[in-house]
Amino acid sequence: MNLTLKVWRQKNTNAEGKLVTYQVKDISPDMSFLEMVDVLNEQLITKAEEPIAFDHDCREGICGMCSMYINGRPHGPKDRVTTCQLHMRSFKDGDTIVVEPWRAKAFPVIKDLTVDRSAFDRVIAAGGFISINTGNARDANSLPIGKEDADMAFDAAACIGCGACVAACKNASAMLFVSAKVSQLSLLPQGQPERYIRVKNMVAQMDEEGFGNCTNTGACEAECPKGISLSNIARMNRDFLVANVVSNS
Amino acid sequence: MSVLDAKIPEGTLEQKWTKYRSTVPLVNPSNKRSLEVIVVGSGLAGASAAASLAELGYKVKVFCFQDSPRRAHSIAAQGGINAAKNYQNDGDSVYRLFYDTIKGGDYRSRESNVYRLAEVSTNIIDQCVAQGVPFAREYGGLLSNRSFGGTQVQRTFYAAGQTGQQLLLGAYSSLQRQVGMGTVKMYTRHEMLEVVKIDGVCRGIIARDLVSGKLERHFGHAVLLCTGGYGNVFFLSTNAMGSNVTAAWKAHKQGAFFGNPCFTQIHPTCIPVSGDHQSKLTLMSESLRNDGRIWVPKKQGDTRNPNDIPEEERDYYLERRYPAFGNLVPRDVASRAAKERCDAGYGVGNSKMAVYLDFAFNIKRYGTVEASKRNIHNASEADLVRMGKEVVKEKYGNLFDMYQQITGENPYEQPMRIYPAVHYTMGGLWVDYNLMTTVPGLYALGEANFSDHGANRLGASALMQGLADGYFVIPYTIGSYLSKEIATKAIDTNHEAFVEAENKVKSNIDRLFSINGTKTVDSFHKRLGKIMWDKCGMARSEQGLKEAISEIQQIRKEFWSDVRVPGTADEFNPELDKAGRVADFIELGELMCKDALDRNESCGGHFREEYQTEEGEALRDDENYAYVAAWEFKGMDQEPVLHKEELKYENIKIAQRSYK
Repeated sequence: MNLTLKVWRQKNTNAEGKLVTYQVKDISPDMSFLEMVDVLNEQLITKAEEPIAFDHDCREGICGMCSMYINGRPHGPKDRVTTCQLHMRSFKDGDTIVVEPWRAKAFPVIKDLTVDRSAFDRVIAAGGFISINTGNARDANSLPIGKEDADMAFDAAACIGCGACVAACKNASAMLFVSAKVSQLSLLPQGQPERYIRVKNMVAQMDEEGFGNCTNTGACEAECPKGISLSNIARMNRDFLVANVVSNS
Repeated sequence: MSVLDAKIPEGTLEQKWTKYRSTVPLVNPSNKRSLEVIVVGSGLAGASAAASLAELGYKVKVFCFQDSPRRAHSIAAQGGINAAKNYQNDGDSVYRLFYDTIKGGDYRSRESNVYRLAEVSTNIIDQCVAQGVPFAREYGGLLSNRSFGGTQVQRTFYAAGQTGQQLLLGAYSSLQRQVGMGTVKMYTRHEMLEVVKIDGVCRGIIARDLVSGKLERHFGHAVLLCTGGYGNVFFLSTNAMGSNVTAAWKAHKQGAFFGNPCFTQIHPTCIPVSGDHQSKLTLMSESLRNDGRIWVPKKQGDTRNPNDIPEEERDYYLERRYPAFGNLVPRDVASRAAKERCDAGYGVGNSKMAVYLDFAFNIKRYGTVEASKRNIHNASEADLVRMGKEVVKEKYGNLFDMYQQITGENPYEQPMRIYPAVHYTMGGLWVDYNLMTTVPGLYALGEANFSDHGANRLGASALMQGLADGYFVIPYTIGSYLSKEIATKAIDTNHEAFVEAENKVKSNIDRLFSINGTKTVDSFHKRLGKIMWDKCGMARSEQGLKEAISEIQQIRKEFWSDVRVPGTADEFNPELDKAGRVADFIELGELMCKDALDRNESCGGHFREEYQTEEGEALRDDENYAYVAAWEFKGMDQEPVLHKEELKYENIKIAQRSYK
C-alpha cells in the first residue's frame, strides 16, 4: 500500500505546530499503525531529518501509552482498539491519513504527537486508592464479594488511562476516566470507608487540572478502547451528590 | 572460598525467614525520616517497594522512563499470580509451591529464597484484595483459582486475562497515595544512566530528564533497581518497546555481578513474525494449551489449508513425544519441540516458522457436553460446533479477539498459528538473601534480579516474585543495611563522585552524537537480535556461540563508528534514549553468549545441542554446574571473571525432569 500522511509536527510545548505531509510506500496490510510510523521514521532518520516523536510502549493494547488522533478519532477508525492494535488492513491503498496528538488544555503537547498526561496521575494521587498500608490485610477470603459486584468493579478497573475519553470529548472532560476509578472502589466493600471523601477529592483535583465539564454527549464511551461504560459517570455523579448533600465529610 | 556471600540465615528452611524477621536490626521512626531511598522502575516490584518503604517513613524517590508509573510492563501479564493459599483444599502448601518452583527451575535456584517466596505468597493475595484488586470470584463471593503449567494444584489467582494490569494498578494506587502525601517524589520520563559510588558504596544515581534532556544528580542512602528483564536484547520479544537493561548494566559495570545472564525464557505460544517490519511479538496465554492441541502436517512443506488436512495426516508431536503431559509440558520443552519440527521442514504459514494450535477438537467436545446439559440428544454437527464455540468464547474470548486483530484470521474457524518467542529473563543482577547486589547499598528486585526461578520460570510466578520482593521482603531486609546508615548525613550532590559520574554520562551522550554515521539505531538492534535469536536462543552450540561473540564484537565496533542519532541532547529525543539502550544491549549480548558457552550442560531454557539425551531432551550436569554463574565486569575489552555460588539442596532431592 502507498499512503499519504499528514502528521502534526511541533518542536516543543511552546513552539507553533503544523501538519506536514509525508509519503510512505510498500506498506504491508499486516503492519500495525505504529510499525508504519516506524517505517516513516527510519526513512526520516536516513534522510537526516527529525523522526516523529510519539508515545508507545507495550504495543499490545494494555499499557495505555499510545495516543494518536487518527482521521479525527482517538486511536483511529476501529472501535475498541488502541493505536498499537490498529492494523494497516483497516486502510486502503492511496488513503490520506491525518495524525494529530490528543488535544486538551490539561494535556499539553511535549513534542509532535507526545502529550503530557500527568494530570491523570495527580487525580489518582488525590484519592484513587484505598488507604491501607502493607501488612495490615486480613485473609482474602474473609471478605466475600458477590460475583456481580466483582465483575462490575473489574469492568471499571479495565481503564488503561490512555486519555482517549478526554481527546474525544468536545469539552475535554475527564469524567469517564475519573468515574471509572471512583466506581471500581465504590462497588467494593473495601472502598466504603473513604467512598465520599474520595469522590470529592478526585473531582476537586480533576477541576483543578483544567479538564472541561461533562455534557453527556457520550463521545468518551464511544471512543474508549476498553469500552468503559457511561454508567460509571452516573454512579460518580450520585456519589458526588451524596457526598455534598448528605455527608459531612 | 568464593567472594560471594549469599548471607543465608541459619536454621531450618521453615525457620529462616521467621527468625530473620524477628531479629533483623530495625530503624526507629525518627531516623527513617532522614534516610533516603531511590527506587528505579515502577512496575510491580518498584511500585510495591516504594509504597511500602514510604509507609514505613523512609524518604523515597521513584524514577520511571514512561509518562506514568502505571505504564510499566508488569501491566501486560495475562494469566495470573500463584499463591499457596490452598483455598481449593487440593493439597497445596508452602512446601509444594517451593518444591514446584525449584523443580520447574530445573534445580538452579537458591532454596532459601524460593522458600521465603512461597511463604509470603499468601500475604500478597490478602494485600491486593485489601487494595481493591478485582480478582475473579465464584458465585459464593470467594476467590476463584485456575491451574497453570508445572503444577498439580489450582493455586493461580487471576483477573480475566489482565491480572498484571490489575495488580499493577493496585500497587500504583498505593504509590500514588504516598505521592499525594508527599512521602514519595515521583520522577516520570526519567532514565537512570549511572550509579554513583563513594568509597565503594552506592550513594545515588545520575538520571536524565527525557523531556528537557537535563542530567540530574540524586543522592540516596540506598538504591533499588526494579527495572525488569532484558528480553529486548533479542529485538523481537513480548517485552514492551522501552524495556531495557540500561540501569542494570550500568550497575554491572560499577561492580554488581550479573547472575546467569544466559537463562532466558522462550514462551511457546506467541503470534509468529509476519514480516521484516515486525517491532514486537504478542503472547497468547499459556492457559490456551488446556484446550488447544498443537500439531503440524506429517508431510514436509504441506501448503494445504489446515482444515483440509485429514486427521491421519497430522502430527500431534507433543502428544506423541510426551504422552504423560501432552500439550501441557513446561514452556522450555514445548518451545524446543516446536523449533525442532519447523527446522525439520514441517512448519506452516507463509514463513514456515509456525505450528498450529487447534481448538476444533475441544470445541466439539464442549459442544457435546453442552448439548447433554441442555438435554438435546440429536444435535446436528453444526449445532455442536456452535455451542462449543460459545464455551470457548467464554473462556478465552479476549485472547481470540486479540489474535484476530493482529493476524486478520479467525481462530474459531481455523487453527491459530503460533511460534515461540522471547518472554522473560531468569538471569539478572546477582543478589544475596537481602536482595542486595555485590555493591553495598545497591539492591535489585523483581525480574531485574536473578534469584528465584533458576533456569526456567513457571507460569504465574513472575507477578508473585515482583510483589513478594517489594511488599514483603525489602521492607525488612533493607533495615539490616540502613540501621548502620543512620549516622550518614545526606551527601551533597556537588561531591566529586557525583560530578565525575555526570561527566561520564555526558561524554557518552556527546560521543553518540559525534559519530553522525549512516545507520539507524534500530538497524543495529535488529542485527544484534538476529544473532542472539539464531545462536543464543532456543538452541545453542559451542561453535555458534563463538561465532556470535565475534559477530557481536563487530556490531559494537560498527555501532560506535557508524550510528546516526538525530536531534540534540537538550530536547525530548526518543532516538537518543534508544541509542543508549541498544549500546548496552550489545555489551550484554556478548556476556550472555559467554555465559552460555561456559555452561557445558543443558538445563531449563538453556539448551546446548552438545548436551542432550538420545531422545533430544536437556541433559543437566549437576556434578559440575550446580551453581549460579555470577559475572564480574573487568573493563571494556577485558574478559569478565566468573564467580560461582554453589547451590546446596538440603531439602529437595535433585532429580532428572521427565514428562514422558
